[in-house]
Parts: sequence; structure tokens; C-alpha cells
Amino acid sequence: MKTLRTSPLALTVIAAVIALVFSVIITSVVLSISGFNPPSVFQAMIDFGLEPDSVVNTLNRSSTYYLAAIAVAIGFRMNLFNIGVDGQYRLGAMLAAAVGGAFALPPVIHQVVIILVAMAVGGMWAGIAGLLKVTRGVSEVISTIMLNFIATGIVAFLLHEDRLATQVAGSNNIGTEPIASSGRVPGIPYPGAGLEIYGLVLLAVAVGVGFHVMINRTRFGFDLRATGLSSSAAVAGGVDARRMVVAAMLISGMAAGLIGMPQLLGSSYSYGLDFPGGLGFIGIGIALLGRNNPVGIAFAALLWAFLDQSSQILEFNEIPKEIVAITQAAVLLSVVVVYEIVRRLGLRWQQQAVAAELAAGSAKRSKEVAA
Amino acid sequence: MRRGLKTTLVMLTGAALTLSAGACGGKKATTGGDSGEGAKKTVKVGLAYDIGGRGDKSFNDAAFAGLDRVKQNLNLEIKDIEATKNETDNDKIQRLDLLAKSGYNPVIAVGFAYAGALGKVAPKHPNTKFGIVDDGSVEGPNVTNLLFAEEQGSYLVGAAAAQKSESGKIGFIGGVDTPLIKKFEAGYVAGAKKAKPDIKIDVKYISRGTDFSGFTDPAKGKTIAQGQYDGGADVIYHAAGLSGLGLFQAAAAEKKFAIGVDSDQYQNAEADQKPYIITSMLKRVDTAVYNFVEDTNKGTVKAGPVIFDLKNQGIDYSKANTEAIAGLQAKMDEYKQEIIDGKITVPTK
Repeated sequence: MKTLRTSPLALTVIAAVIALVFSVIITSVVLSISGFNPPSVFQAMIDFGLEPDSVVNTLNRSSTYYLAAIAVAIGFRMNLFNIGVDGQYRLGAMLAAAVGGAFALPPVIHQVVIILVAMAVGGMWAGIAGLLKVTRGVSEVISTIMLNFIATGIVAFLLHEDRLATQVAGSNNIGTEPIASSGRVPGIPYPGAGLEIYGLVLLAVAVGVGFHVMINRTRFGFDLRATGLSSSAAVAGGVDARRMVVAAMLISGMAAGLIGMPQLLGSSYSYGLDFPGGLGFIGIGIALLGRNNPVGIAFAALLWAFLDQSSQILEFNEIPKEIVAITQAAVLLSVVVVYEIVRRLGLRWQQQAVAAELAAGSAKRSKEVAA
Repeated sequence: MRRGLKTTLVMLTGAALTLSAGACGGKKATTGGDSGEGAKKTVKVGLAYDIGGRGDKSFNDAAFAGLDRVKQNLNLEIKDIEATKNETDNDKIQRLDLLAKSGYNPVIAVGFAYAGALGKVAPKHPNTKFGIVDDGSVEGPNVTNLLFAEEQGSYLVGAAAAQKSESGKIGFIGGVDTPLIKKFEAGYVAGAKKAKPDIKIDVKYISRGTDFSGFTDPAKGKTIAQGQYDGGADVIYHAAGLSGLGLFQAAAAEKKFAIGVDSDQYQNAEADQKPYIITSMLKRVDTAVYNFVEDTNKGTVKAGPVIFDLKNQGIDYSKANTEAIAGLQAKMDEYKQEIIDGKITVPTK
């Protein structure tokens, strides 16, 4: 994960493009074997994916994917593998929905309270794993997986008519009390689309900017990166590694708490049985794809969301939509592989450049000595 | 080192190809209809499933089976699409909208998760008839709610279980503790207690809340069934979709009894399991879909709730395993008549 010295941006872009081309080739082969015509399949996907409603759904979907990936990336930057993003997200979304549905507050305050509750719950849930790690040495991988299960249990317990949920008459669904209109975030209309873009897509953008600033422009971000690269070196440099672990988990969890907000405040207004789960795990893949970089993750989230969205037309054309899962997996695998190849190539070019400079330098020196 | 990388790459590609080739085989022949018979009218039917889709051997498959029956009278052009994982209402809205826009009429939403989406799509397509299975909350002049009295059928199989039990203890395995599955439990418990007031009932759910894995996990279904058999139960009823297949495996292994759900699971069971499947609670989603499509075609379809129960045979129990069910039917039929006559009201919670 070290940055490349030889024009890192160019190498990153090249790697991403190669990975994409590679995955398109794999998908084409799979399609051909299954008896479909790859170009027409891709054409159908692109046509459908660019319809106004699809664009809206892609943007909405990518906003939640983006938040999930940022939450994961905060941990990754410090070599912490927060697999518990999913549990933090679900627990945060559920309790925030319950609080938001219980009271009607003035607009703006209402939304802010809901979002703060989600962040607090998510952060607290992840913080448990952080505390366990620094006080008891429990691997955060294990504890966050366990906490996912506990979160599932708590959500199931609370999502009950005697507790935080109500059942709509005639419906088989069960969910928290709907959030009053004062707590909702209006959508952004998109020309030609019947659906609206979630207002909180902007929240995802803000979180991305915040992540960038925090990592690259603050003392805290520097300590975080330093601890991630080498914790012993960071400790020697005066960083309190234990405090950093807890802080990173807290912030990661707070970001995870936000994942459900665009949908909760923009469309469903209630946490029910049909609220999507599993987003935390998608976030892991997208964070890897985006190389833990806020801009990279944005592209990765958009690509992932676009593929998910455009896959819907496949079934309509009698093509198994699992094809898209293959494309996504191929992108992810080839990105990992291609990055590694490009990194090594970059390293070699860099070494050659240094060697050439050294050789030139010593030749010059020996000439001077001779003279 | 670089060679190693290359080999990995080749291996991964190979693995991806084999996997995908396997995955793509099954689901191509969705469009059906007996083409060439010009006399029959062609109807385009859209089916939208919740997660799981076709191949679950119970609920979703039953909906599709209903369309198979319609094919005898009509040429059908069927388009069935299933939900993607982690999707939101917007995706469901777009799916229903796409079906309606492409001329599919009627469009049937299979599963209560479509309620919110259908509420928004139906008004946009006033000339398309929509049906929704298992939801009574959506209303509209072009929306028909296909509802089932699952508790009634569960009541009858509860009575069967209690009579069949020699240990005095029976079991219930629910997939997920949703309000819908609790209806099955409530009916089952009430029916068992009616037949044998001192019966003990061991109730377990595979997963809870928003974790829907309990409907698709036969391994866990088997473990829980084994636990209940070990705990003294000798008849177990499941309402757990695909997970129920685990119950049948446990029943055959323990040589104890099981009761199926939704479709007649005796018919599709393995030979060694068949003797142990006493009966199945039949939820005729196929009948509901069949009637709905036929009525739409004739123009006699009505908006609003249509309830399928014991009276109109939308709910029933299976008599396929004549040997195992022998001696139990008298009481079951007695209760059935009393429910139809309104003398017994089965609880839903």
C-alpha cells in the first residue's frame, strides 16, 4: 500500500483501466460460453444503466456504498480490519429510526438528532471492539464479527411490537414508527426520472471530503497513517498507539452509522424488515477497489452501483444476472493483481532510475578524481 | 515470485470460468407458452419475486406453478425477475415500473416486501392490473391483494401432530420470526392444544429480525430439528422455506415425523424421507396466481383483498401419505368443517 514515487497517479489509473478491461474480457468469455452475445449484453446494460431512473438509483446506491467503504477504509488506513461495519450500520440505523420516529422535533434539529444518534450508536458499537483490542488484546477481526451477530440479535429483539416496532394494518412487515415529515430530507429531482436522488447523497460527499482532510491534513491523520505503516515506529515517534486504535475504531463506527441515513431519511423513513443489510461487507470490497483513497472509493462505489443497477435488465433479457457478480469479482481480483504488478514495475523503474543516476554520478566523480 | 503470480492469475481465471459456467445453466427458458397454437390468446404476465426467486421449492415456485396451469388455456409470455440482495424500495419501484411499461399485464408482486413499491407504481399505470401476495396494506383500483389464512391450515396440521405424537411433545421450526411466520406458529399451537390440551410444544426460530437467512439454511434447520427430536419431540412442523429440507433429513435419520409447508412436500421429498412426512400445510399460491391471471384475462378481476382459506380451498392439508395420516383425518376434517362454519376462530398471533 505504499505510494508509488514514479508518477503514482498515472500508474493507478493505468492499473484500474487494465483491471476493468481484464474483467470485461472474463465476463465476455463467460457470456460466450453460456451462449450469449457479449457486445449486445453490454449494450443492453449500458442503455438501461443510463436511463434517468437508473442513474438516480445508481447514485443513491453508490452513496450508501461509499459511506460503507469510507468506514472500512478508516480502519484499513490504520491496519485495522473493521468487519463489523455491517452491524454498526444496522444498529445505528435502527436506533436512529426509532428515536426519529418517537419525537417530532423542528426541521433541521430533527434530522441532525437522527444523524447524531446513528453516529453515536455506530461509534459506540465499534468502540467496544477497539477497547477490547487495547485492554485485552482481542483481535478486532474476531470481535467485530461477533459484534455483528450480537447486533443482529439486538435489532431482532427491539424490532418487536412490544418494544420499538409497529405493524402496519394488513401488512406482514414490521418496522419502527415512521419519521415525521419534519425529520425527512427532501430528494433532489433528476430530469426525466420518476425517482429522486436522496438529499443525503451530499452527506456522502461531505464525509469523503472530511476523510481526505482528516487523513492528509491533520496531525491525527498523520499519526493514523504512521501507526498503520508501522506501529512500533509510530510509538517510537511519540504516538500513543492504544489511543489511536480506539479513536480509529470510534471514527470508523461513526461513519458506519451514517450508511443507512440516505435511505432512512430520503425514502423509507422507518427501519423495517425490508431495510437492506450486508452493506458493510460490500464496503470492504469497494474500499479495496478504491485503494482506501476517497476519490478512488468514489469511482469504485459508482462502478459497483452501476453494475448492480444495470444487472437488473439482464434478467429481463433472460440472461442470468449472476453474470454481474462475476464481473464484480473479476474487477476486484484483477485490481488486486494488477496493482501488485504495477507496483513492482514501478518499483523496478524507480530502482533503474536511481541506479542510472548513481552510475552517472559516480562516473562523474571518478572523472573528477581522474582529473 | 512473478511466476507464482502468473500461475495464481491463471488459476483464478479458470476457477471463475468453471464457477460461472455452472451458475448460468439453469435459468434460461423463462418465456414459455405453447407457441404455434394461434387460437389461444397471448397474455404477458410479469412476476416480481423477493430475494430467493425461483428454485426455493416452496413459496416462489408455487407462484410460478400457478402460471404453468394457466398455460393450458392461454398463451403466456412470462417475465419473472427476482430481487437483488441489499436492494431498496427504489429498485423494486423500478422493477415493477419496467414490467408495467413493457406491456406486462397483469403484474404480480410475490411477497410483502413489495408493498411500499407497489403503492407508488400502481397509480402510474392505471390500466395495468397488479396483484400482490401476502400484503393487505396496499390499496388501489388496480391492486388485488392475494392473502392467505395460513393459521387455519396450521391449525389442522397442529391437530395432526398432537394426535400422532406418542411422547406428548411436538416441535415447530420457523424460518424467521416475522409476523407472517408467527401466524403459522399461532395456528399450529392452537390446533395442537385443541386436539390434546396437555401437549407440550417446542417452538424455535432459525433466525430473527432482519436476518432472513433462516429461510435458506437447511443445515441449521437440520440441527434445530435434531435438537427438538433429542429433547423429546416426535413430530415437527416447519415454516422455514428451503431450511425445512433439513428437517426432513433429520426426521429420516431419527425415524421421527415431520410436517411440510406451502406445497405438498411429500411429493418432492427423497424416498427415504417420504414415510416420515405425515402431511403438508398447503398454501395454494399457485391457485391464487392462477385465478388472478384468469380473472384478469376475463376482465372479472376485482381490486382489494382476496382471502384464500379452508373454505375456498386456497388453504388445505395434503393427504398424499395415506399410511402416516391414517387415523388422524377424522379429527382434522371435523375441525376443518368447524373453521369453515365459523365455530372455531383460529388465532393469528
